[in-house]
Amino acid sequence: MAEATKRVTDIGPPHYEKFLPEIIKKNYGTWKYHEVLKPGVMVHVGESGDKLFTVRAAGARLMSIYRIREIADLADKYSGGHLRFTSRHNIEFLLTDSANIEPLIAGLKEIGHPIGGIGNSISSIVHTQGWIHCHSAATDASGVVKAVMDEVFPHFEKMDLPGKLRIALACCLNMCGAVHCSDIAILGVHTRPPKTDFATVNKVCEIPNVVASCPTAAIRPVTADGNRTVEVIEEQCMFCANCFTVCPAMPMNDPDTDGISIWVGGKVSNARTEPQFSKLAIPFLPNNPPRWPEVTSAVSNLVELWAANARPFERMGEWIDRITWPRFFKMAGLEFHPEHIDDFKHAGLTYKRSMHLVR
Amino acid sequence: MAELPATPLLDDLEKGPWPSFVTEIKNAALHKDSCKDLLGQLERSYREKIGHWKHGGIVGVLGYGGGVIGRYSDLPKEFPGIAHFHTLRINQPSGWFYTSKALRDICDLWEEHGSGLTNMHGSTGDIILLGTTTDELEPTFKALTDVGFDIGGSGSDVRTPSCCVGPARCEWACYDTLKVCYQLTMDYQDEIHRPMFPYKFKFKMSGCPNDCVASIARSDMSIIGTWRDDIQQDDAAVKEYADKGLNIQRDVVGNCPGQCMEWDGEKLTIDNDLCRRCMHCINAMPKALAPGKDRGATILLGSKAPIVEGALLSSVLIPFLKIDNEEDFKDLQALVEEIWEVWGEEGKNRERVGEFIQRVGMANFLEAIGLEPVAEMVAHPRENPYVFYNQGDDEEEDK
Repeated sequence: MAEATKRVTDIGPPHYEKFLPEIIKKNYGTWKYHEVLKPGVMVHVGESGDKLFTVRAAGARLMSIYRIREIADLADKYSGGHLRFTSRHNIEFLLTDSANIEPLIAGLKEIGHPIGGIGNSISSIVHTQGWIHCHSAATDASGVVKAVMDEVFPHFEKMDLPGKLRIALACCLNMCGAVHCSDIAILGVHTRPPKTDFATVNKVCEIPNVVASCPTAAIRPVTADGNRTVEVIEEQCMFCANCFTVCPAMPMNDPDTDGISIWVGGKVSNARTEPQFSKLAIPFLPNNPPRWPEVTSAVSNLVELWAANARPFERMGEWIDRITWPRFFKMAGLEFHPEHIDDFKHAGLTYKRSMHLVR
Repeated sequence: MAELPATPLLDDLEKGPWPSFVTEIKNAALHKDSCKDLLGQLERSYREKIGHWKHGGIVGVLGYGGGVIGRYSDLPKEFPGIAHFHTLRINQPSGWFYTSKALRDICDLWEEHGSGLTNMHGSTGDIILLGTTTDELEPTFKALTDVGFDIGGSGSDVRTPSCCVGPARCEWACYDTLKVCYQLTMDYQDEIHRPMFPYKFKFKMSGCPNDCVASIARSDMSIIGTWRDDIQQDDAAVKEYADKGLNIQRDVVGNCPGQCMEWDGEKLTIDNDLCRRCMHCINAMPKALAPGKDRGATILLGSKAPIVEGALLSSVLIPFLKIDNEEDFKDLQALVEEIWEVWGEEGKNRERVGEFIQRVGMANFLEAIGLEPVAEMVAHPRENPYVFYNQGDDEEEDK
């Protein structure tokens, strides 16, 4: 009898050293400096004098294996088969021969991958699954990203901005895309309470978990028609959808009232100022596929306003902190609504508690 | 050739300069019926402005509790090809380095066992294999381990750790992010594959305070490189930046948060005692300035997105830790395991460690994990006088 093959588990990822080009192994930890040669192209110079050229191309995040094979072909042809991805879904080819840079760029353009996203430019948008693959999405992700990047595309290919600008999109408050510290965050939102399926709650969910899931204690256990179920105190619901995450009988998705909110001024880098959260700029824009014109125009307006007014190196949030929020609202032509004032924990810390007001 | 469904709305997203995900799905749909149905369902979502996926479902590979996300269409009769369309998260190599061969291996097995669609990469860092049936999960897993890859995390486990490019290609890396990422991943295989915590736990390793993997915002434990000696400075190169038009007074000195620099038009003077290690001057003049040579990391704890109790940024736990050798690494792991012990025991269901600290109080948490409070842990000391003074000793004396 043939011996059963042992099932292999818990091997973890391949060791990264297997994938590093020779030049990186040689200069590991001894890089001296880098320079951006032109949009999308940079060079790292080692203490050894070795030069490593990086060409950064846009990726769609959602890619087919047929596309990845084309990218692998380009890597074989121009970068010895060596490439990496960035934390923002860009593709980076790692070259030792600078003569390969232009042919690689031409090859990338031919298959529809522009280069850019380095330095003072807009890099790819970190984003989530949306309607392609998620049950809790209040909007699509890939479609909005494609529409927005088409709109702001010149700033990907050029380095014509005052500083870095990072856009991120999450299609619901779960924020798989953790957008909460982005220069511009595009966030899918629900604006109505769950449509509780009273009869099935106790069949598909544990009621104490559903009750405990609500950050504002708006869900309470009740008995209806002899069934243990839950009810939502609707005026206490702020539409976070956390109850839906733990219980399918609390659906939130709604074609008419789901949409997108826009947040600005967050950053994760410590450069100059400390990391900060993004703040609400536009409470609600409608879902308007396939191109979400309200969203693309809002994002584009914010980008251009910042680009025209910020000082060198100043990120969106640093610029707004300098000019103050009332001035930002005025300059951006945005109305200030009750939704802009926080009413969750520590909300009082966000009230203006000084006389520092501009004209 | 099989015909693709009519998708007038999605077709519009094939226009324009940015790479199109619609083109990607269409390419895959030429080979895979599941992707044809995905196109059809997505077009319907675009028409109806609502998603058509059911709420999760527990599927996985034998012996693992995480890494596979169950996904079912809510229109299985119309789109049978995606009635089951599960996601696998594949643990990426440190720093997202690949060879063309490694990518092709993944492509080949996914052509055989799944939809042919991927995300390069998911938000946490994994390679996402997007869409297969329950029957194909075990064969996919076998094919993956055959080429040296493994599944990543999901649910209440250690999520797949991720790190920046680090010393592989960055002069600012203050510790070996790739190595620490790999070592934590390997040492915590059990915790990655078998959910055993109150909720998820994420590690992200950034080599310097620029924090290219958004560690301070997106990981329960943020390990961010820093240094404690003086900034390395090349005066001639500083002058070169000035000569080439960089306004050093306005754009470098004027932006220093510690106001610890002076520029007299010839020489830059830095008062390193007041340097906050923010990276700005180094970012502005990478050929002239560099982090010091005594490098290590700051360990911060607790960041997360809003669900459940609101978004948090990580806060300082250890201001400076060397992570150069095995001993240092063991110190780090001892700290991690102490935190897991306390949070695992006392944390509520779906309570991230940051929320747990907010609930019990930082001082109590520090006592529980056996760490002395230091001033670096707070933005400022408390403002309110409702102090829980320690009164334990009085009672002893009364007796």
